Amino acid sequence: MIPELGHYALVLALALALVQSIAPIIGARKNDPALMRLASSTAPMQFAFTAFSFAALTACYVLSDFSVANVYQNSHSLMPLIYKFTSTWGNHEGSMLLWVFILSLYGALVALFGANLPAALKANVLAVQSWIASAFYLFILLTSNPFLRLANAPFEGQDLNPILQDVGLAIHPPLLYLGYVGFSIAFSFAVAALIEGRIDAAWARWVRPWTLSAWMALTVGIAMGSYWAYYELGWGGWWFWDPVENASLMPWLAGTALLHSAVVMEKRNALKVWTILLAILAFSLSLIGTFLVRSGVLTSVHTFANDPARGIFILGILILFIGGSLMIFAWRAPLLKQGGLFAPISREGALVFNNLFLVSACATVFIGTLYPLALEALTDEKISVGAPFFNLTFGPLFTPLLLAMPFGPLLAWKRGDLLGAAQRLMVAAALAVVGIAVVYVAEGGHDLTLAPFGIGLALYVMTGAVIDLAERTGLFRLPMRVVRSRANGLPRSAWGTALAHLGIGVTLLGIVCETHWGAERIVALKPSQTVSIHHYELTFDGVIPREGPNYRELAARFSVRHGGVFVGTMEPSKRTYGSRGTTTTEAALMTRGVSQLYLSLGEPNADGSVAVRLYHKPLVLLIWLGAVVMMFGGALSLTDRRLRVGAPQPPRKSPAAAMPVAAK
Amino acid sequence: MSAVRAVLFAALVALNIVPALAVQPDEMLKDPVLEERARHLSRELRCMVCQNQSIDDSDAPLARDLRLLVRERLTAGDSDTKVVDFLVSRYGEFVLLKPRFEWRTVLLWGFPPAVVLVGVLLLWITARRRAVEDSPALTSAERNRLATLVEGQNRDGSA
Repeated sequence: MIPELGHYALVLALALALVQSIAPIIGARKNDPALMRLASSTAPMQFAFTAFSFAALTACYVLSDFSVANVYQNSHSLMPLIYKFTSTWGNHEGSMLLWVFILSLYGALVALFGANLPAALKANVLAVQSWIASAFYLFILLTSNPFLRLANAPFEGQDLNPILQDVGLAIHPPLLYLGYVGFSIAFSFAVAALIEGRIDAAWARWVRPWTLSAWMALTVGIAMGSYWAYYELGWGGWWFWDPVENASLMPWLAGTALLHSAVVMEKRNALKVWTILLAILAFSLSLIGTFLVRSGVLTSVHTFANDPARGIFILGILILFIGGSLMIFAWRAPLLKQGGLFAPISREGALVFNNLFLVSACATVFIGTLYPLALEALTDEKISVGAPFFNLTFGPLFTPLLLAMPFGPLLAWKRGDLLGAAQRLMVAAALAVVGIAVVYVAEGGHDLTLAPFGIGLALYVMTGAVIDLAERTGLFRLPMRVVRSRANGLPRSAWGTALAHLGIGVTLLGIVCETHWGAERIVALKPSQTVSIHHYELTFDGVIPREGPNYRELAARFSVRHGGVFVGTMEPSKRTYGSRGTTTTEAALMTRGVSQLYLSLGEPNADGSVAVRLYHKPLVLLIWLGAVVMMFGGALSLTDRRLRVGAPQPPRKSPAAAMPVAAK
Repeated sequence: MSAVRAVLFAALVALNIVPALAVQPDEMLKDPVLEERARHLSRELRCMVCQNQSIDDSDAPLARDLRLLVRERLTAGDSDTKVVDFLVSRYGEFVLLKPRFEWRTVLLWGFPPAVVLVGVLLLWITARRRAVEDSPALTSAERNRLATLVEGQNRDGSA
């Protein structure tokens, strides 16, 4: 009964979505408040129904109801409860249900917290949001129904793919979707603005919290996915330029550009048309990401053509929404009035520079990801575009971006003083030069490329972020008392900017150190033999067989010594999951500060030895910590007073704090 | 017949998904310089049965064969380019993770710089157009109005 109710709830959500797609727009046209208000009640109802539907599927998983085909294919009665829970979205159908669940959540939040939006704008936004929702409800109901039953219910399920039985991957998809789908709000606001043919600085302020929360979720989501790949796939890489990763990176790049251009629009009423276009692009790239991952087109253009139902459906959605929104854009954008003027050297100019390079980087990922698919579809020729291509093209685009980044916040609006900003960044530049020199000398003077330059750039970016704050608070110039009061008066968004920029530097530092000074040993070891790497010695103590809830594992125990002192043990293992007969490699990690030892197990040999792959990864944790710092920057910015004035209030905030501001 | 095929298929699948280590200790060359070259080349070559993995990363048996092949050619004294050429002649361009620059890939390699250039060009054009648009001379009506305003101001000031 539960799956049928879940299915039915989804049908009801579709019915509501169809009403919400049409009625509010008519209301906005005819200036009928009742019709406009309709969306404010249908949106939360839609959420209630999708939430029910999602809960129903979760219940099927938790109760191990193998009469549901989806549960049978992706679950097992012996699986730990948490993975029963998370396997709800560990498959195609369930993850699409999660997608619409989050979409309707955002819709409901706009309806509930958008009380101070102009009625017509709110109606249009929620209607556009509902167009997207209707398309995806239809997609699920027609091609990817998770509630299908099996005629004869099997006794046992086929288990979840073992590499997905992991906490990291359990949280990764919801975060990623919160990001992807969050951009739908910016998209809906953009299309609504185009429908109305009117847009102003307030629009940017309304959109900003939504874009910011989506961006934060996507940032952490991508970092989480990267960390998962790092420890679970077993060969120590953290970014593979895999199309699936690229699919999440593209919306992130476009979304980052959108955040920056929206600032210009909000403060200076400029870049309006461009910001609208970016809002459309960010969500379009999310849709393309969904298409890439969900249609099977990545495995091969031909498998896609063999089983086309889902792929064609998403492709249809893609064409409808991207093509449709771009057409509305081309038709209506010329109506939007251009705003404030600015000199090329100004805060606005710096943000335009940022947009130019972020969008170019995004375009590079786009062409690199889709070119092989397009070439194969058109000429039947197969080429590969992999990490070496992206490393070569991405670096030159990001370098100017990072060089310019500290300048942005130091330049004034309208007309900035480049020389003045450069003078204030002298300390950062000096530190960078020192860093480059030290690394150059330490490396024996034969390498002036990646490592010294990378370290220099990272130091420059991080110091630049600190200088930004120091300049604003008058640190080192004014008495401490004044500095403190200035720091208190500084808008949270200024702190957020500096923190997010600092995070980029932190990530860069981690990337450079890990890539350049990471050490690797690949050896075959017999028990009691020792392998050493970077002042660490690891002794192979022996093999321990163990039983897990739904797997057997063979762990190898290693004692780790640092300079002769025992610091702990590492136990990498190989797990065999009986139900699927698959084996996974579980790497062992030992964290020392922000560096890590990484040990991964290979095949046992006939002579009793076992192959191991051992890495020392210096400062590797900074790569992901940087992303967390960026997220905190976003969170600080989200709590800025300015965003509460007349804006949809971000969730998680005490009403008391907002009252005096809202009352103004 | 179909049962045999099913078993064969299962065996193939099992072979592919049992993870081993990518590079095995027994594959590695004694000469560290040659081995480093081999590793470097391996990172730029694709394991053709995998999804977007280099033969250096992949656990697939095919990747191992290719790694051994690369090392064999290097030991035989081939240059890096010769090894790559050999692999391309055998497996096609698909084996290269970084496609060569040729007519088929002009668009791929040309796109990133083209986007930057077009962006700069567009910015320049918009800036120029707006500079012309936004600082038009005052119309005669506006000039009269300005004059009246200034006059009014002067009169207020003198009064």
